[in-house]
This record gives sequence, structure tokens and C-alpha cells, in this order.
Amino acid sequence: MSTSENLSSGTGIVARFGLANWRQNIIYIGFAVIFLIFALTLNDKGFLNPNNLLNIVRQTAMIAVMAIAMTFVLSAGEIDLSVGAVAGLASVTTAMAIDVGGLFFGVAAGLATGIAVGVFNGLLTTRIGIPSFLTTLAMMGIAKGVAMWVSDTSAVPIIEPAYSWLFGGGSIGIIPVLLIWMVVLGVIGHFVLKRTSFGRRVLATGGGETAARYSGIDTSSIKFRVLIVSSMAAALAGMLYAGRLQSGRFQLGEGDELSVIAAAVLGGTSLFGGYGTVIGTIVGALMIGLINNGLILMGLEFSQQLIARGGIIILAVALSQKRS
Amino acid sequence: MGQGAIPDSSGQKDRGAGMTGTTHAVDMRGIVKHFGGVKALQGVDFQVEAGEIHALLGGNGAGKSTILKVLNGVHVPDEGTIEICGTKIIAMSPEASRDAGVAMIFQEMSLIPTLSVAQNVYLTREAKTGAGLIDDRVAERKAKELFDMLEVDVDPRALVGDLGAGQKQLTEIVKAISQDARVLVLDEPSTALSVSDVERLFVFLRKLKSQGVAIIYVSHRMDEIARIADRATILRDGRHVITAPLSELPIDTMIEHIVGKRSKGLSDVARESAELGEALLELVNVSGAHKPQDISLTVHRGEVVGLAGLLGSGRSSLARVIAGIDPVASGEIRVAGTPVQINKPKDAIDARIALVPEARATQGIIGAHSVASNISMAVLDHLSNRSVMNTQAVRETADHQIKHLSIKTASRDHAVSTLSGGNQQKVVIGKWLAADPDILILDEPTAGIDIGSKSEIIRLVRDLAKSGKAVLMISSELSELLTACDRIVVMSEGRAAGTYPRHDLDDPNLPADDTMHQLQAAEQKLQFHIQEALKHQGHAHVHQ
Repeated sequence: MSTSENLSSGTGIVARFGLANWRQNIIYIGFAVIFLIFALTLNDKGFLNPNNLLNIVRQTAMIAVMAIAMTFVLSAGEIDLSVGAVAGLASVTTAMAIDVGGLFFGVAAGLATGIAVGVFNGLLTTRIGIPSFLTTLAMMGIAKGVAMWVSDTSAVPIIEPAYSWLFGGGSIGIIPVLLIWMVVLGVIGHFVLKRTSFGRRVLATGGGETAARYSGIDTSSIKFRVLIVSSMAAALAGMLYAGRLQSGRFQLGEGDELSVIAAAVLGGTSLFGGYGTVIGTIVGALMIGLINNGLILMGLEFSQQLIARGGIIILAVALSQKRS
Repeated sequence: MGQGAIPDSSGQKDRGAGMTGTTHAVDMRGIVKHFGGVKALQGVDFQVEAGEIHALLGGNGAGKSTILKVLNGVHVPDEGTIEICGTKIIAMSPEASRDAGVAMIFQEMSLIPTLSVAQNVYLTREAKTGAGLIDDRVAERKAKELFDMLEVDVDPRALVGDLGAGQKQLTEIVKAISQDARVLVLDEPSTALSVSDVERLFVFLRKLKSQGVAIIYVSHRMDEIARIADRATILRDGRHVITAPLSELPIDTMIEHIVGKRSKGLSDVARESAELGEALLELVNVSGAHKPQDISLTVHRGEVVGLAGLLGSGRSSLARVIAGIDPVASGEIRVAGTPVQINKPKDAIDARIALVPEARATQGIIGAHSVASNISMAVLDHLSNRSVMNTQAVRETADHQIKHLSIKTASRDHAVSTLSGGNQQKVVIGKWLAADPDILILDEPTAGIDIGSKSEIIRLVRDLAKSGKAVLMISSELSELLTACDRIVVMSEGRAAGTYPRHDLDDPNLPADDTMHQLQAAEQKLQFHIQEALKHQGHAHVHQ
């Protein structure tokens, strides 16, 4: 009797590391396959040109930075829809503060914007109990409105070469600074999620909130903190946008929340909490950038790009979904 | 079980140290707890020693779960003192209880399915490397040592979501032990377990006992208690009845203490001999995917058949299979002599079968909607003309059921949630009667309603049968089944263990008109049959 049960639990483990793992790793396979297809069909249009490849990194770094934090938010069973609008707002506040008080004041203003929004989102979600979906949906409008108001809907120029180099525009040799930001934050994010007790508590909160509370985890505090992390990452992304374009504009980051969530889910992070992988998220973000780039090189019109991108993302997410 | 001599593990720290015979692991005295006007506990004493397995027994409403919630710090008692391992607990709270060493094993409640076994055991107490990063390999090694020492066969690297029910439970207990729990509370631990998992649990519990852990074991299964427990405490109606070693408590004595003297109320409901019509519902060797197994059963027009058994015996599963909610794996269902295919609830409704489900709040009513809207919910197609609701017909249907069932509500437009439990239940019944079924299945129709409404519901069930319906009724309160039913089928592990015509359960030595004592005697007999069925089923499985 016990043998047969051991066998059946054994097949469960096989299934987990076989089929389910295949699903979890679909992002890496998909990335390789799409890269290969583009390399073969678009080579004459300069797809493999190192400059083009680095451009993909430059275009996706901000999405990746926000998606790393979104991995924590989703793993904790929450969501943050305000990241795109917060990026726009932070780009404006940073640009304005640089104009007044220079580089450091600008950076401080940008980060303070992120903290302020995060505290607001976190308090509404954990103290009043409004679902984060609604809190951050409302914040999306508020952040955009504030950004439009304070900037009078016009671009705020940044005349500070050091800022522009550090936040987005510069490169060390051939390596863009944006790539360094992405890799450094990715490594930190990966270790925090997988190897710190904070990361473990995030996964526990999203995996089973009741059980986590019974185990002595302050799940409200965890949710509060992931929402702050997410807003700060969004603010940083906005600062990177501002540095790259040497100006702050409320439109920067507009609509990014969808790409950010798609990147995390493509990478294997569960929309329902409990599972998350930062490395998968970064590859997911790169894949979205890859697809955008390839579709442009193919000469598709913007309307066609939108349709093709949506279709590819749906396909990839459908393949990577865990079946219960 | 041939494992009496479990080697002493020297690795485990001596939990019994410093405890003398006079210190109880749990010492609760004079515990009083009222909920509004309801006296849940009326001065209960409860003592458990270190190194014993102590069974806590009692019928529904005896106060078992209340006293456990007091021990666990969920309920603050109105009066009484609590000492845990010699420490007097002054301000009782879940935290204070846990810090004093009490661990309640919830059914999988404290495990996170998306984390591994080792990660769960050491959640919030993770092993760290020198750099302060979590090191799961150390946790896995520690967990492996702990599981090996306690002789529990669970892979620390396995994901909890992939474990079977038995392994999950063992993991939960190990987690509690690793947090220095000295009093373990297990509430119906065997319900979700297979026979072999129960054996493994027992071996494990004996091992913990030998290490000085006090174990409180709550179960309705007296055969299990007789095998695992050293002593038992029986509660009834919020009072302590007896605490004695199991050797002084044979099963029939336990049953006597649990049932006690029946309070009046239910015995008032007159039991009438049914005039049986033709067979309306016939089950021939019906099995579901897991439960029920191989059920053959006939319910006639005008008859009430009861399903008795413990939680998990397959009663509700059988109801769901007949009502088309769960699939039929094999066997045949006949309605009025004609075989019917029931693949979905609509098929059952078309065959004029109605199920009044067990969880009233989630499966039965929409509390915020009006009485009329709830009653008409299942028959909207009949009350509509090309999808447009005939509001006049809806009102008439509602009014008819309100009158027919004497539902006490200010009007048909009041929200169902404003009604009392008994009247809410009548709304659910009315909803199905509006569809005019021939066969009515009632799953725990009296759960959570007061005694007065209970006897009203029972009377209603009798009336429905008399009006020509075939009724199948599930209840965990045996006295209700005995009052309502013409025949009672005892179920155990998904199978029908025996069928008892109601009059066979009467005691010929008692006067027939002494309904109160007759009911009490019948309840003891039926309880005995249920326990016997458990014993036989258990053996049958072990020898397979």
C-alpha cells in the first residue's frame, strides 16, 4: 500500500520537473526561437548589427526596471497599475528639481515622488482595504493629472550632462549605462526574492495569505512594502526616461503598465501570487523589446505592430500558464 | 501496532524536564463562556498531562470546539483559569497561547502550497549564510534530520502543493514541533486521510507522546480513539461529564455519556408510519469518481430515507452525484422506473430531482436579494415569456411558498439575509419546491438553526413526504434523522454499511409512547451501528 503511494507521489515529482518545468521555461525557449527567426529573416535589415541589439536593451531597460519590482508585487498577490503614470510624473518632478537645485536635488525629488506614491498606494490598500487593483488604477489618473498640471503639459528640459549620462544616455565603451542599471537591479532583485527572508515572506503572502498570517507573517506590512518598492522602481524608470530624452514629460511611460505586467507574466511570475522569478521577468521584458524591434524592421505599420505584439504575448502567456 | 518500543531520541531536547506529576500540561478550570444568551461552556474543567494522548469527545454543540478555541486564545473565557505547562496565562490571546507552547493543527491552514516542505517548516526562521542570505540547502538538511528523527517520510524539497493530505498534515505537525510546541491540538485529524495515512499518523503521535508532548485528539471516530488515546474527556451541553482512562470507557459507555438524556424538543415531533407509493428514486450500484462507492438504494413516494455517517463518509457526495453536480462513474439511476442519464444539474432538475445543499449561505441563497427573487431563481424560465420575467407570476410563486412553508418575513421584497436561519432554510426549500420536484434531497437542512425551527423543518420534511414526494435527508444529528426518517442508511467510507428501518431501532422494553426515552435509546443504537461500520471498513482496507 505504501509502495503504491510512494510511486504516485514520485510521478507527481516527475510531472513537476518535466512538464511543468517545460512550461516554466517556455520564456527562454520562446526567446531563443524568436531571436533565431528574426536573425534568419531580418539579417539583411541589420537585426544582428550590435547597435541594433543594444538599442533593444536601451528601449527595454525602463520596462525591465519596473517589471523587476512588479515581480514582487505580483508574487505577493497584488498588482500595481500606476507604474507608467508614476514614471511620467517622476520624470517631470526630477526635471523641474534639477532646474532649481541641480543633480542631487533632482534625484532626491524623483525618488521622493516614488516614495510618496508608494506610501499612498500602500496605505489605501493595507489600511483601508481597497484592492490594489483599484487603488493603483485611481493613482494612475492622479499621477498623470499631477504631472500634466505641474508641467503645464509641456516638456521640461534637462540641461545637466552628468545626469543625462548617468540616467540613461551614457555608455561605458560600447556598454550602455541603461544595460548596467538593468543588470545590477536584476541581480539585486533576484537575490532579494530568492535568498532573503523578505523575499520569502513576499512569496508566502501571495502563496497563501491565511497560512502566512498563521505563521506569524505581517502580510499587510509585506504588501505595503512591495507597493513602495514598485513605485520607487517606477520613479527610477521615469528618471531613466528623462535622462535618455534630456527632458521630463508627462507622456513618458504612458501605457507601460501593460508591458511591465506582460513581461513579468511572460517570465513565469503568477498573476495570482506565490510564484515569481526576476530573471524570467528580465527575459520577458527583453522578449517584448525584441518583438517590437523585429516588427519595426519588418516594416509593419504601427497598427499592425500592435496586433502582432498582442497576439504573440497572448500565445506566450497561454503556453506558460500553470494548469491546476 | 508492534511499535510500542520507540527508541528514545537523544537529539531532541528533554521537553519533560522540570515537570513533576503535579504540573499539568494543560490545566483549565471552571471555564465559562457565553455567546449572547447561549451558554457554550458552563464551568468546564479540563486537564491534560504531558506525554499522553487525550481524546476530547462530545456531540454537536457539546462545547468541544469552544473549549479548544479558548485554549487556543481565539475566545476569551468569561470566567475560569488557564495554566499551560505550569504557567498561568493571564491575558489569553492566540499569541500568548502559542508562546506558552500550544499548537493547533489546522487542516492545511498554516502551510503555503507554493513553497517547499523545508521552506514551510522554517518559514520566518530561515537558515542564513554568513552574508545574511537564505540558504535553503541548510534548511533542507535540518528538515531532513528532523523528519528522519521523527521517522516521518516526507521529502523536504517537495512542493507542499504536490503532497497528499497525510503528508501535509505530518508536515504541519513537524512544523509545530520544530517551534517547541508542547501541547498539540488535533481536530478531526483523520477526516481527510486514507487508512494507511492514519496508521502513519498514529505511529508519529505515539513517538511524540514518548517525547513528552501532550496531545489533544478530537474525533467522532470512537474506534480510532480506543486505539490511540490514553484518556478521554467527554463534554455534553457545555458541561464536563467524565474524564477517565480508555480502559474504563468501552465504546457503548462512551456513547451513553455523549448522548446522555435528550433534551426535549425533537422528541415532540410525531413520527408517522409512512404510506409508501411506488419507487420514485432507485440507485443501482451507483459510484462516483471517488465517493460514493457502489450504492444501491430505493426511495418510495411518501418515504423519507436518512443518510447517517460521519464527516467524509460520502453522504454529501452521494447527494451531489444524484443531483448531477458530481459525475456518475458507474451504475444506474432510475426515476419512477425509467433509467435517466444525469450529467449536469439541469438533467437532474429535468428528472424532477431537487437538492437543497449543505452550505446555505454560499450554495443556497443570495442573501442580499429579496425573498421573492430567491424563491423564483430556479424556475425563472417558467416564469418568463421569451426571457422577459413575468413579475406577476414571480410574486405569486413567492407568495405561494411563503404561505405554504409559513416563512416568517415582513414581505416577499425583504432581503433574505434579514430572516432568521430557520426561515432562510425555508426559503431555500421553497426555491426548490417551486420547481415542483418529485424527489427532494436535503443536505443538513437544520445546520445552524435553533431548536424550535429545527422541529419545524423536520415536520415540514414529513409533510412533504406525505404530500407524495420521495425525500432523501442527510443530517449529522442522529436524533433528527430518527425523528424524520422511515429508514436510515449508515454510510462509511463512501459505502452503504447497513440499512435500518426506523422501527427496528425502537426499544421494545420501553413504552412506545415514551418518545423521549425511545429516541434516546434509538440514538444510542444508531451511534453504535455507525461506529461498528467504521471498524469493519477500517479492517477491510487494512487487509486488502
